[in-house]
Amino acid sequence: MSSAAEIAAPGAGTGRSAPWLGRLGDRVLPVLTVVAAIVAIWYVAAVFLNAQWAEDQARRAGVELSTIELVADTWSQDKPKLPAPHQVAIELWETTAEKAVTSKRSLVYHSWVTLSSTLLGFLMGTALGIALAVGIVHNRVMDMSVMPWVIASQTIPILALAPMIIVVLNAVGISGLLPKAVISMYLSFFPVVVGMVKGLRSPDVMQLDQMHTWNASDRQRFWKLRLPASMPYFFASLKVAVAASLVGAIVGELPTGAVAGLGARLLAGSYYGQTIQIWSALIMAAILAALLVGLIGVLQKMVLRRMGMEAQG
Amino acid sequence: MKDTRASEAVIEARDLDLVFETGDGPVQALKDVNLAIGKGDFVSFIGPSGCGKTTLLRVIAALEHPTAGSMTVNGMTPDAARQARAYGYVFQAAGLYPWRTIGRNVRLPLEIMGYSRAEQAERTRRVLELVDLAGFENKFPWQLSGGMQQRASIARALAFDADILLMDEPFGALDEIVRDHLNEQLLALWARTGKTIAFVTHSIPEAVYLSTRIVVMSPRPGRITDVIESPLPAERPLDIRDTPEFIEIAHRVREGLRAGHGHD
Repeated sequence: MSSAAEIAAPGAGTGRSAPWLGRLGDRVLPVLTVVAAIVAIWYVAAVFLNAQWAEDQARRAGVELSTIELVADTWSQDKPKLPAPHQVAIELWETTAEKAVTSKRSLVYHSWVTLSSTLLGFLMGTALGIALAVGIVHNRVMDMSVMPWVIASQTIPILALAPMIIVVLNAVGISGLLPKAVISMYLSFFPVVVGMVKGLRSPDVMQLDQMHTWNASDRQRFWKLRLPASMPYFFASLKVAVAASLVGAIVGELPTGAVAGLGARLLAGSYYGQTIQIWSALIMAAILAALLVGLIGVLQKMVLRRMGMEAQG
Repeated sequence: MKDTRASEAVIEARDLDLVFETGDGPVQALKDVNLAIGKGDFVSFIGPSGCGKTTLLRVIAALEHPTAGSMTVNGMTPDAARQARAYGYVFQAAGLYPWRTIGRNVRLPLEIMGYSRAEQAERTRRVLELVDLAGFENKFPWQLSGGMQQRASIARALAFDADILLMDEPFGALDEIVRDHLNEQLLALWARTGKTIAFVTHSIPEAVYLSTRIVVMSPRPGRITDVIESPLPAERPLDIRDTPEFIEIAHRVREGLRAGHGHD
């Protein structure tokens, strides 16, 4: 905590000299604190979950384990129930930095496979979401008929639907990237529709009356008022959509027997009890999601600042 | 209501009725409204809330449609006048788009109406000068005070050279000092441009200070109870409000308002 005060002090005291330093400290330190707490809990949990196996092994070998030996063993098993953080970290390092990117054992390679269908599905989902929202806002029939189906679509578990999408698309000769992207699209169009409908409807009665007094056309009303007014809503829903898209891509890799991608890594890991591999794929997926959401956050800041609006959320 | 200038009226209402159908049954918003506003007049509508003053302004702007009687603007129906861009409308709130600079906010109606880029720039510069906002063209609305924002919205209503300016309590949300200042500026602007102005307010001093004619209205049903011709000279410094003439008109307006809803 004292280091926090030291880092925060220069920026806070003078206001100008190095405000980023203070702000960085203010932002990074709470995050690091939480991460440290999670890691600590994780280590403790690993001891409890893996102790049974360590004790069984020791009994079979006829040796008595001291507490320190027991703890050391729970943190270094080959196929632990819960791998310790450093085991996952080492696996992550070995499968990213120490492997050629093109290798089938490289996590970078698998991430790219998942990322490519995530991005394609995200773009398709965003386009579909915007198109539906524009239709719903401008057409009364679509407003009444489409929204219930949009909501119903999200009540079907994607795990049940994903294999069918793959099978149906395979039957019509579409395989590879596209079926996975379609599953991503299925998950990601929803937040965009909901956000954009709300955003396009955000102009108030007075602003619409004002447009009417200028005798503006529907098209002008859309481009000059509704669309710019919807931008804060748009970016908020894009953040949800891109995370959903990544989930969709991973889920899409599970039932297909896919040989590449983070989903395939998860599946292979669970076949062979490679818990360390499963956890490193999970962490990689989390890092990827954080990067994607962060990237949209940066884009949001740039666009809204250019538009003279402060970033919200 | 007698009106000698009815022949040159730019806004004329005859036996105008407007009934809103609401969930609680019909509400008579306007009843038997007869009124003629001549070219270059500055007419204020004053009355308690619910007296239909804003509704009447909205009928002139074709934002509401009468259920009986007639309304003409420049000799046309209000809707035709709207399409001919006969009026600029200033709302209660400035309603500037936060994502547009002041200059681009003023340009907005010009873009919609299809003026050339050069003319947009020229007109924007000219009307911003007119409302004393030259040099603020590239500022965003949040960088301006409430009074400046409302001035920008007046500039926007003036940008496309409509002869009629409809103003719905434009200074209602501003403090007294800013309001005095803007009233003074509005009079100067009116003198310079010769526009016909219809102005809704609930402030007696504001109505008396600004208007050539004051229309007193009363609620349930919304109707005109008195029309007062102001004897004040065209040249009106702020301290005209301390003269006996001013106080006398203000008194008459107050009496009219009181008579209009004695049961309140």
